[in-house]
Amino acid sequence: MGAIGVIAVNAFRESLRDKILYNLVLFAGLLIGLSVLLADLSITEHHKVIADMGLAAINVIGVIIAIFVGISLVNKEIERRTIYTIMARPISRTFFIMGKYLGLALTLFVNMAIMWAVFLLTLWLYHVPIHPSLFQAAALIFVEILVVTAVALFFSTFTSTTLSAIFTLGLYVIGHLTADLRSMVANHESGPIKSLVDLLYYVCPNLDMLNIKGQAAVGIAAAPEFVLMASLYGLVYAGFLLTGACLVFQQRDF
Amino acid sequence: MDDIVTDNLSKSYASGWPGRPPFVALDGLSLTVGRGEIFGFLGPNGAGKTTTLKILMGLVRATSGTAQLLGQPAGDVATRRRIGFLPESPYFYDYLTAEEFLGFYGRLAGLNHAALALRVTELLELVGLVEARTRQLRKFSKGMLQRIGLAQALIHDPELIVLDEPMTGLDPIGRKQVRDLILSLRDCGKTVFFSTHILHDVEMICDRVGIVMKGRLVASGRVDELVRQDHTQSVEVVCQQLKVEGNAFIHSLASRVLQQGQQCLIVLPTPDAVDALVGEIRRQGGRLLSVTPHKASLEDLFFQEATQEATRVLPQMTSGRAS
Ligand SMILES: Nc1ncnc2c1ncn2[C@@H]1O[C@H](COP(=O)(O)OP(=O)(O)OP(=O)(O)O)[C@@H](O)[C@H]1O
Ligand SMILES: [Mg+2]
Repeated sequence: MGAIGVIAVNAFRESLRDKILYNLVLFAGLLIGLSVLLADLSITEHHKVIADMGLAAINVIGVIIAIFVGISLVNKEIERRTIYTIMARPISRTFFIMGKYLGLALTLFVNMAIMWAVFLLTLWLYHVPIHPSLFQAAALIFVEILVVTAVALFFSTFTSTTLSAIFTLGLYVIGHLTADLRSMVANHESGPIKSLVDLLYYVCPNLDMLNIKGQAAVGIAAAPEFVLMASLYGLVYAGFLLTGACLVFQQRDF
Repeated sequence: MDDIVTDNLSKSYASGWPGRPPFVALDGLSLTVGRGEIFGFLGPNGAGKTTTLKILMGLVRATSGTAQLLGQPAGDVATRRRIGFLPESPYFYDYLTAEEFLGFYGRLAGLNHAALALRVTELLELVGLVEARTRQLRKFSKGMLQRIGLAQALIHDPELIVLDEPMTGLDPIGRKQVRDLILSLRDCGKTVFFSTHILHDVEMICDRVGIVMKGRLVASGRVDELVRQDHTQSVEVVCQQLKVEGNAFIHSLASRVLQQGQQCLIVLPTPDAVDALVGEIRRQGGRLLSVTPHKASLEDLFFQEATQEATRVLPQMTSGRAS
């Protein structure tokens, strides 16, 4: 068990020494700050825009970090052949994947916490009411980021970095569309299109479920049961992907 | 008690193209390495040395055959606590400092905090990197990386040490240090298995060697036995004031004749012709300076195997092309 921790801490340390992450988080801070400039609106609109843009910035930057660190997490180890000496240690491949994932989750958590602090500060400076719904939205954003990281990690265990990026991005977009697509084709008669959309709906993560930014920005809280179920859904989905990643990784030659 | 046992180990790599046959990197390799032995695994580029070592470390799965290390199947996670491994031209996390790096590997091997601090210093001293302890690995030279790689392989005081070309990238002093290090490991009762294509290193320190070519083990045994098997011991005769040019008799005996100023070097393929040659030198009024039996070296054996391999393979290739 200790070995997972060692791998996780090292993955975290690696990302701390990677300057790109700082830049991205800085960029998120800028975006949040920028929302203030879009102020030529009535006061309630103004508040909504600041909250909306802030949440969106946190979401987008979080997902970008998750994809780009997620796809390189394991691939980089293989391409740079650092994996040889790690796998020669008394640590199973499964524990290695888990450790890497936890390390990245920790990195993402810290990044989100920083962006979140900047966001709250902005809200406070501009006297925007801080609704509990904002916290709910942030929690679900973090769950989404965990799912996206698992998707990226899964693809990166068997394809190249570039393909993993494309697949993960694709799945992210589809994951936000499947629910809409499904309701669109629901009225139609059953047919190949409907079965295809159904398949997509059940296979791809339903990321739209984790998106309550719109209502949160205007202060409408979601039911706690919904937040709980949505989080559970995301975590279980990530769990399946990680299991898949471990199974694939188990079979690999280096 | 044997620390490494491989039985009929084979590995084919998929060609990546449908219809094209897989590439056979290892073909029925069987060898054993005894406890406390230094075993040199010798072979030219692309012979399958790294592939073998990767299978032993569980990085690559054998297509068929078995491998056991310390009595456990290769790749067994718990057994790796007792094995140290240095990969070929090692790549490491370059954002870590030397100290952090060794600490990381020590913790992975399950060393506790107190033991680790001592061990890290000890190993940095052993490989001569004490001054570089707080430098990031990205700033290390090739030889320094090789050294820190060795330290990493030894951090947990393993019983069995597997090294893939440990001497490459090292200066002559570093080479000697590594040879001495390997010898001292054996003195502590460790088993060392290392691959190389530098024959000299093998001849100097190995108890036993295995020669692998094109994925097959073509010879293995004690260095002196392998070399003795080779009967064609040549003899070098040096003489003075002898006109060898145009001497058909000497040319018929010798495999090589070299005239350098006054001196003349005559190489005989076997010791049998020494008497005849010495008689001829006397008759021609030459002065004999020295007769040196040239002990066949591992190098001769190595080239002999390589040539045999080539003569075995080449006709196949040409006949294949003709048809
Ligand atoms: N992943 C791979 N896919 C396909 N072929 C491979 C792969 N790895 C190795 N090979 C092939 O297997 C053969 C043996 O390679 P290996 O690396 O074991 O040689 P080696 O004896 O270590 O050589 P060197 O002295 O150059 O390090 C080579 O012909 C190589 O091209
Ligand atoms: Mg090699």
